[in-house]
Amino acid sequence: MSGPSTYVPKSAFGKWFESRLPIVGLIHSSFVVFPNPRNLNYLWTFGGILAFMLVAQIVTGVVLAMHYTPHATMAFASIESIMRDVNYGWMIRYLHANGASMFFIAVYVHMFRGFYYGSYKAPREILWILGVIIFLLMMATAFMGYVLPWGQMSFWGATVITNLFSAIPVVGETIVTYLWGGYSVDNPTLNRFFSLHYLLPFMIAGVVVLHIWALHVPGSNNPAGIEKKTEKDTLPFHPYFTVKDALALVCFLMVYVWFAFYIPNFLGHADNYIEANAAVTPAHIVPEWYFLPFYAILRAIPDKLLGVLAMFGSIAIMLFLPWLDTSRVRSGRYRPVFQVFFALFAITCVLLGWLGAKPPEGGYVLASRICTAYYFAYFIIVLPLLGLFETPKALPASIAESVLGKSGSAHAMPQGAAHEPNTKA
Amino acid sequence: MTTVATTHAAASAEPTRRDFLYIATSAAGAVGLAGAIWPFISQMGPDAATIAAGAPVDFDLSPVAEGQIVKLFWRGKLIFVRHRTKDEIKSAQETDVTTLRDPQTDAARVKEGKDQWLVVYGNCTHLGCVPLGNEGAFHGWQCPCHGSVFDTSGRIRQGPAPTNLPVPPYAFTSDTAIRIG
Repeated sequence: MSGPSTYVPKSAFGKWFESRLPIVGLIHSSFVVFPNPRNLNYLWTFGGILAFMLVAQIVTGVVLAMHYTPHATMAFASIESIMRDVNYGWMIRYLHANGASMFFIAVYVHMFRGFYYGSYKAPREILWILGVIIFLLMMATAFMGYVLPWGQMSFWGATVITNLFSAIPVVGETIVTYLWGGYSVDNPTLNRFFSLHYLLPFMIAGVVVLHIWALHVPGSNNPAGIEKKTEKDTLPFHPYFTVKDALALVCFLMVYVWFAFYIPNFLGHADNYIEANAAVTPAHIVPEWYFLPFYAILRAIPDKLLGVLAMFGSIAIMLFLPWLDTSRVRSGRYRPVFQVFFALFAITCVLLGWLGAKPPEGGYVLASRICTAYYFAYFIIVLPLLGLFETPKALPASIAESVLGKSGSAHAMPQGAAHEPNTKA
Repeated sequence: MTTVATTHAAASAEPTRRDFLYIATSAAGAVGLAGAIWPFISQMGPDAATIAAGAPVDFDLSPVAEGQIVKLFWRGKLIFVRHRTKDEIKSAQETDVTTLRDPQTDAARVKEGKDQWLVVYGNCTHLGCVPLGNEGAFHGWQCPCHGSVFDTSGRIRQGPAPTNLPVPPYAFTSDTAIRIG
């Protein structure tokens, strides 16, 4: 990873070790002296929050796996035993279940940050695509995790989602049979979902390493959307961004534990406390909140195959975003017309989430169709054309100028604020 | 491969022993990989016990009252057995088949002379939810998940489901008993 490596081990052992495995130097250059744009706002703290949430989910998940039984006749009871018998089992399970929701809140903020400030644009296309892959892995992991308690929502969620693949012409039914390991969702399905639910987070961790690697080649994008040019445009990662990330993380954790301790079932469904029953579908079946916008797109289209294609397409289209947005200006801050369409896009996504939870009838269907149309139009009509017709505002000459004013001088800051960045004033 | 060949082509036009080893090793490796993938795909399919559980099941129709829908399982899949009323049979038979999404006559979906018995799979052909009986505009079934409506012959009439509820393989073993499978 780039950045000036100024690391010199102090101790004799440190020198001996560094000459054999230069890992401390790698950490030093990547997370201590790494030069970040000095104008990053709090929206840039969600990457660190997401890294923390991945670790939190793995730690709570590994512990839960020590008490959980992945069998169709015992899974539901083992969850209840975790809730009632295992010491602090209730807490660890609620942290894990609500942790998934918090993970998605953080990833959506992170993604919309990228949408608005053009973080997907050159030279960060691969960084963006790796992020979309992480998002897909997260969705698969969350879906399979939700099946494990083997409640009514688990069972019917698994049935509906695996049946999406039956829409594929000719081989669809065979694929579904191979996903199930039988002729319906049953014990073999639960077993393999447990295995994959345990595996995928480590695959996410692997792609996260690539994501950070790709990030550290050009460095972070920033609210001004222009590249750092001189040292005056940057501040070292530590202490400036470690403390900023840590403050944001602690605030985020307060919300997280407030959910886990005070309203642990607010984001869940009461039906999932009824054991799976293959003969009865719950009257109102909806996925977890973080899938609702995509579920609304699925239901907006009255054809099975086209609905499934639209749903997967709504995520796949993000892979092409770096090339769909033709504007040469990166940050939305300097694109007045883009701001209007972006605001509409954000509202559309929230509306789709709301519509996904409503019954598929009457005005809700019409509204879902309008929102789905705009969702795709934003990517394939608005962004390509806007870059050609929009007149952006003037860009600042440098990152330093964008935060310090025209003088571009460090004297515009309070004395000592950035005088010697590596020492306390 | 090309670079290897061209490098050596400068020295001699003949393929070298290394070229031969490269091709032979790649070929053996590719065959071995394909062979190794096969069992890892195959294990995903239904296992021997699951297939064995697909043996035919007998079902006694005599306790099923007129108008009643009974649920049973075969191969882990839900099956509806519906004892249809005279009105339900009539409306199923009088439907104009040409207007249907998945055109099928009612006669093609029941056994001859057994018009009152409709036997169909109980999972919606859209995404697999269990439709609710005697609901919807056609008084057949209506799916609570995405709103597909089926008539009294289990045929798709409204909503996103692409096909009719399929009829499982079954036969009458007597006047009041069927064998499914």
